[in-house]
Amino acid sequence: MSEFTNINLSLIVLLLPLFGFFIVLFFGKKFPKLYLAEVGIITLAFILSLVIGYSKLSTYLHQDILFSFTWIDFGNVPNLGNLHVDLGIKIDNLTVIMLFVVNLISMLVHIYSIAYMKDDSRYSRYFAYLGIFTFSMLGIVLTDNLLMMYIFWELVGLSSYLLIGFWYEKQSASDAGKKAFLTNRVGDIGMFIGILVLFTNYKSFSFDFIYAQIASGNLPFGSEAWLTAAGILVFLGAVGKSAQFPLHVWLPDAMEGPTPVSALIHAATMVAAGVYLVARIFVMLTADAMLVIAVVGAVTSLFAATIALTQNDIKKVLAYSTVSQLGYMVMALGVGAYTFAFFHLVTHAFFKACLFLGSGSVIHSMHHEQDIREMGGLKKKMPITYYTFLISTLAISGIPLTSGFLSKDGILAGTLAFGQLTGHWLIPIIGFSVAFLTAFYMFRLVILTFHGSPRNHHKYEHAHESPFVMVMPLVVLSTLSIFFWYTPNPISPDASWFTSNWITTPQTVVPKSASFDFMINESVESSSHNSHEEIIHSEKYTHAMHWAHYPAMIMSLIVAGLGILLAFTMYQWKKISPDKIADSVKALYKGSLNKWYVDEIYAKSFIGGTIKLGDILSWFDKWIIDGIVNGSAYVTKVFSKISGLFDAYVVDGLVNGTALFSGFVGFNFKKLQTGKVQTYIVLVVFSIIVLFFIIGPF
Amino acid sequence: MEVGLNHFLTVSVALFSLGLYGVVTRKNAVMVLMGVELILNSANINFIAFSKFGNFSIDGQLYALFVIILAAAEAAIALAIVLNIYKRFANVNVDEINNLKE
Repeated sequence: MSEFTNINLSLIVLLLPLFGFFIVLFFGKKFPKLYLAEVGIITLAFILSLVIGYSKLSTYLHQDILFSFTWIDFGNVPNLGNLHVDLGIKIDNLTVIMLFVVNLISMLVHIYSIAYMKDDSRYSRYFAYLGIFTFSMLGIVLTDNLLMMYIFWELVGLSSYLLIGFWYEKQSASDAGKKAFLTNRVGDIGMFIGILVLFTNYKSFSFDFIYAQIASGNLPFGSEAWLTAAGILVFLGAVGKSAQFPLHVWLPDAMEGPTPVSALIHAATMVAAGVYLVARIFVMLTADAMLVIAVVGAVTSLFAATIALTQNDIKKVLAYSTVSQLGYMVMALGVGAYTFAFFHLVTHAFFKACLFLGSGSVIHSMHHEQDIREMGGLKKKMPITYYTFLISTLAISGIPLTSGFLSKDGILAGTLAFGQLTGHWLIPIIGFSVAFLTAFYMFRLVILTFHGSPRNHHKYEHAHESPFVMVMPLVVLSTLSIFFWYTPNPISPDASWFTSNWITTPQTVVPKSASFDFMINESVESSSHNSHEEIIHSEKYTHAMHWAHYPAMIMSLIVAGLGILLAFTMYQWKKISPDKIADSVKALYKGSLNKWYVDEIYAKSFIGGTIKLGDILSWFDKWIIDGIVNGSAYVTKVFSKISGLFDAYVVDGLVNGTALFSGFVGFNFKKLQTGKVQTYIVLVVFSIIVLFFIIGPF
Repeated sequence: MEVGLNHFLTVSVALFSLGLYGVVTRKNAVMVLMGVELILNSANINFIAFSKFGNFSIDGQLYALFVIILAAAEAAIALAIVLNIYKRFANVNVDEINNLKE
């Protein structure tokens, strides 16, 4: 297949779900069966993405397929030079694997939803939303520039908002939608500023162009600090979308949406977009930026894992587990384990989607009961759901023969190598603690849900295995959690096609002085930047990874085994009472159960602060602005009163006075004009006599 | 006693004063007109007296003739006006005919 065909096919894959969105949205009411078209469209998109993936990974393994065109040409802008905005598609190995993952899970979720959402009144609208989500997610995956990335970034935010608040009649659901949207916005502002910093400097949004510029020594504003800042700012977008520590609060609330949506958007694909973004900008991350990212990821993973320990809502446990695993991926990117971060993204997408769909199956059969204290013993009633759930749980816990073992082990080895190379030992310590906690809370979930005896007999009686369309995706996804899809060797991922052929750490473009020394490979440094698909791990790093490989594997096995053992002792065999432990560390238990009060702190600080600020502003408006307005009105009134008085008394007085005077004069002089001729004559005669005396000769 | 200029003037003044008194005091318009005639005639006496005693030849007497003719014309017109006033107001009292005042 030629490159051109690949581009065309990827465009078709991109636009198909959009097409589905429009037809289902506009004609869904008239033809209630139209959702089947949407399912068909996604299936077609999945098949096409398989074709593209095969073509790319066989023919163009070490070559990116690029296509771009000028979207807006501003021409010669004064002070800025030639300015044009390009759009484009970049298909590299990352892209095709993401295409496959997104389309596969999207297709499975579509099929699953046919049964899960059957009784919903807005059935076709639901499928339309799934369509626009898939479109936006594919856009993120396919883009070759930050601008399109940002646009599609916001579009997935929108579709996430629509789907979280899908049951908007429920107050909590519509609140959760708003919360997700607003929390994401906080991160997106950082990302936006980061993009602007890069665009201001390079007049281009294109990844490749920007990296080429940085590689040639042209740093943003000429300083390494700005390069670090740009990396961290763009990473902020990932903090929002991938629910990293300070902005993680929206993801657990997002579980208000339908469960298949949680599986697709809030576990497998959209939240992984943040990790994908960091992977895309990985080559321009400086040492400082990477350290920040590693710390944020580590803190997130530990923080969320401790919360997941005590949650009782099946979806909440999975949600916090998702946050924790996303933290893992981000941490992996931060420590430079690029390959394993992406590997974990893919494996996590499959097993976490499977876990969510499995929990959806449970919730469906329990008639929308989500509290695991009401469950138990479901193993007998729902065997397929149980076994698929178990396989995925094993995968997320990192048990050998599963995909999770391979990717998690790689990440842990990466953190260990990082610790050895830089001395930041806290990060591997956190990594292993989280592995322990993950194994514990996941098995706690499995045991409480499926093992033991039913705790709510009424609901248990009515429980049943889900229909075929719901079980089939579970089976497919749990199969994908087995090792042989990724590597022939179940113990080490090193020999796999995934980590050594398809996904390789790109060559960093950051100047030597600002980068971790182990990120720079002397042997390829001199060659052009286009070769960053080559294996570029430096000798030092490869060495450290080899050193870390077996200790990491053994330790991760030990901690995972301990976690599982503890879960069984506490919940299966009931040797240790969980209540007693909770009592003995009451403060910690309370903190974990209440999610460390982050929501409350935000409510007090940011939300309360905003409201306070609003109050202050309204007070300012009410007293100062209104005071000025009212004051000026009052002054005007006083002035007008004075001027009115002036008018009434002085001007009117003058006018009236003139009139009065004339009247007075007229009144008095009119007496002279008596109308009696004789009087006049007397006056005339008298006047003549007087005149005689005045001018006369006497 | 020689009759001189002063005697004429004295008569003339007396006649003028009588005429003026008539014009000023009479309420009847006809009587007022008669007062005016007296004043005109006193002026005639003056003209003739100055014609005789002054060195003004015959001019004064001619003017007196003019005045007599004018007085006749004036009397005719004035009486016609008085007749019209009477027609309009049903009396000829000059005090009451003061419509122009308003």
